[in-house]
Amino acid sequence: MFKEEVNKIDWDSTKASIYNKTAQDVERALSKPKRDLEDFKALISPAAAPYLEQMAALSQKLTQERFGKTIQMYIPMYLSNECQNICTYCGFSLDVKIDRKTLTDEEILAEVKIIKSMGYDHILIVTGEANKTVGVDYFLNAIELIKPYFSHIAMEVQPLDQEDYEKLIAAGLNTVLVYQETYHKDDYKIHHPKGKKSNFDYRVDTHDRLGKAGIHKMGLGVLFGLEDWRTDTFYCAAHLDYLERTYWKTKYSISFPRLRPCAGGIELKSVMTDRELVQLICAYRIFNQEVELSMSTRESETFRNNIIKLGITSISADSKTDPGGYANPEVNLEQFEIDDKRSTETFIEVIKQQGYEPVFKDWDLSLQ
Amino acid sequence: MKLGDIEIQSRLFTGTGKFSSNQLMEEALLASGSELVTVALKRVDVQNENDGILRHLNHKQFNLLPNTSGVRNAKEAVFAAELAREALETNLVKLEIHPDPKYLMPDPIETLKATEELAKKGFIVLPYIHADPVLCKHLEDAGTAAVMPLGAPIGSNKGVRTRDFIEIIVDQSRVPIIVDAGLGAPSHAAEAMELGADAVLVNTAIAVAGDPVKMAIAFKQAVEAGRMAYEAKLGGIQNTAVASSPLTSFLAD
Repeated sequence: MFKEEVNKIDWDSTKASIYNKTAQDVERALSKPKRDLEDFKALISPAAAPYLEQMAALSQKLTQERFGKTIQMYIPMYLSNECQNICTYCGFSLDVKIDRKTLTDEEILAEVKIIKSMGYDHILIVTGEANKTVGVDYFLNAIELIKPYFSHIAMEVQPLDQEDYEKLIAAGLNTVLVYQETYHKDDYKIHHPKGKKSNFDYRVDTHDRLGKAGIHKMGLGVLFGLEDWRTDTFYCAAHLDYLERTYWKTKYSISFPRLRPCAGGIELKSVMTDRELVQLICAYRIFNQEVELSMSTRESETFRNNIIKLGITSISADSKTDPGGYANPEVNLEQFEIDDKRSTETFIEVIKQQGYEPVFKDWDLSLQ
Repeated sequence: MKLGDIEIQSRLFTGTGKFSSNQLMEEALLASGSELVTVALKRVDVQNENDGILRHLNHKQFNLLPNTSGVRNAKEAVFAAELAREALETNLVKLEIHPDPKYLMPDPIETLKATEELAKKGFIVLPYIHADPVLCKHLEDAGTAAVMPLGAPIGSNKGVRTRDFIEIIVDQSRVPIIVDAGLGAPSHAAEAMELGADAVLVNTAIAVAGDPVKMAIAFKQAVEAGRMAYEAKLGGIQNTAVASSPLTSFLAD
C-alpha cells in the first residue's frame, strides 16, 4: 500500500534535491530515451525553466506518437454539494454558507438530457462527501440511471472501500479520480481539519483499493497552491510509478487543478505560474509517454487553446460545477469559478483550428 | 492475397486512429490504396448512421476490419467481436487483447483462447501478437486466418525490431503474415515486405505525419517495392571475406 511507500520519501531532502538539479541534469534527462524519477526531478526543477521550448517540442512529439492528433472530450456533472468535510480551499466545505443540494433521479435525468444534446459521451460525476445521503447506494443508483446514455462513466467523489468500488465497477463505473490534494502530511492536516477526509492514510491508499477492485482507469493529482508544487508533484509521480508497477492492468491519468477563487477561499502558499504549469505538463509527458493528461475549465481561454498541442490528451468544456447547473444555470451553488466559459461548439472549433480532432467516444459499454 | 473469402490486392493495411480530422483520414486512406482498414469498436457509435468515422470510410474499396481494442481477456474479446460482427456486418475481426494499457502488449494466452472460439463461430480472425513463432503455430491449429506479429511496440515508430523472429515465422507459416505495429517509416514497411511478410499494417506513421496523404503514398510505394524485391529474390549478403591465399587450396580434387 502506498501509505508505507510515502513514508520512505522525505519531504525536505526531496525538495532540496529538486532545487539542486542543474542544467546538466536537465540536458541528460532530455537526451535519454527513457526517463526515471530522478530525471523527472530535473524536468520539474527551476533549472529546466530555460529549456521550456525544447520540452514542449518533445512533449508534443511523444504525445502525438502515442495519442495521435486527437483530444478526448469529457464533461463533469455535479450531483451534490453536500459535504461533511472542512477543506480550507473548497467552495463545498462544511463551514461555507451556501445552499446544499443533492439531485433527485428526475433532476439527474434533466441534466443528462442537456449534456447529451451538447454531444458528450464521456461523463464525470462529481459530489462532495456526505456518506449518509450521498454514499455508495446513491452512486449505484446514479450509475444505473445514466448508464444507457454514456459510453464511459468516471467518478470524482469521496474515497470508498474496496468492496464499494467493486459494486460500482460491476454497475458500469469505468474510471475513478481521487486527488491527494497535498502529500505533505502536516499541511494536509491543516487544510483538512474535520471530516473523514482528515485521514491522510485512508486517502493515500485509495488508489491501492481501486487497483485491487480492478478499476479500468484511475486519476491522480495534486491541488496546486497548498504546498511547494514541485515537491508535491514529485510525490504524485512516485505514486504513479508505484501504481503502474503494482496494478499493471489499470490505465492512469493526471489532472492539474490550480486553486481558484471560491467562497471561503484561503491565501495560497505557493502560486504556480502559467509557465510553470506548462513545464509540469511537459515534464509528465517526457517522463511517461502513456499517461493521460487532463485539463479542466479552471484555466483561461488562451491557456487552454495553446495547451492542446503540448501534451494534454483529454479536456472538458462548457462545464458547470454546481448540482443541477446545466438545467438551472441561474442558481449559484458552484464549487469553484469556471474561467473558460466558451460553448462546446466554439471550443470544438478551437481544437480543430489547432489541427486536432475532438473525440467524443472512445470507450464502449460492452467493454468491462 | 486472400483472407477468409476476401480477395485483397493492396498489401498495405491501415488504421483509422490518431488522425487530426476524419476528412484527412479519408483522404490519406484513399491515397494509400488500402483495402483493409481497422476501426476500433470503442471509437464508433454503431447506433448512429452518421457516425463521424464510419461516414468517412464509406467507400467500396474499403473492407472494415473491426478491432477489439480495450478488451482485457478472451471472454470480453469474443463479446466485442460478436457486437462488431452484428454492427458492421463483417466476419473479419482483428483480435487485440492487451490487459496492459501502458505498452499495449498482446496477451498470448487469452489471444489463443479467443482465436479458437472465434474461429469456431465462423470469424475470420486476425490476431495481434508478439513475434512468437511457436504461438503462430498454435494459432494456425486454432483456425486463425492470419497472424499479425508486432514489429515494435504500438506507436513507437521503431521499425522491425523483431526481425529475427519474423524471419522464422515467414519460414514456418501456413497462413498470411501481417506485420503490425511499430513501423515508423516507409523503409521499415519495405523491410518487412522484403523479409516475406504478406502485408503490413500502418497507422501512427501516416496519421501523425506532417502530410498524411503524401506519407500514405510513400508507404504504398514502399510496400509495393518491398514485395517486388521479395518476389524477385534478393541476393544473398556476402559477409564472408575471401582470403587472398585460399585456405582450402591444399585439397587435391
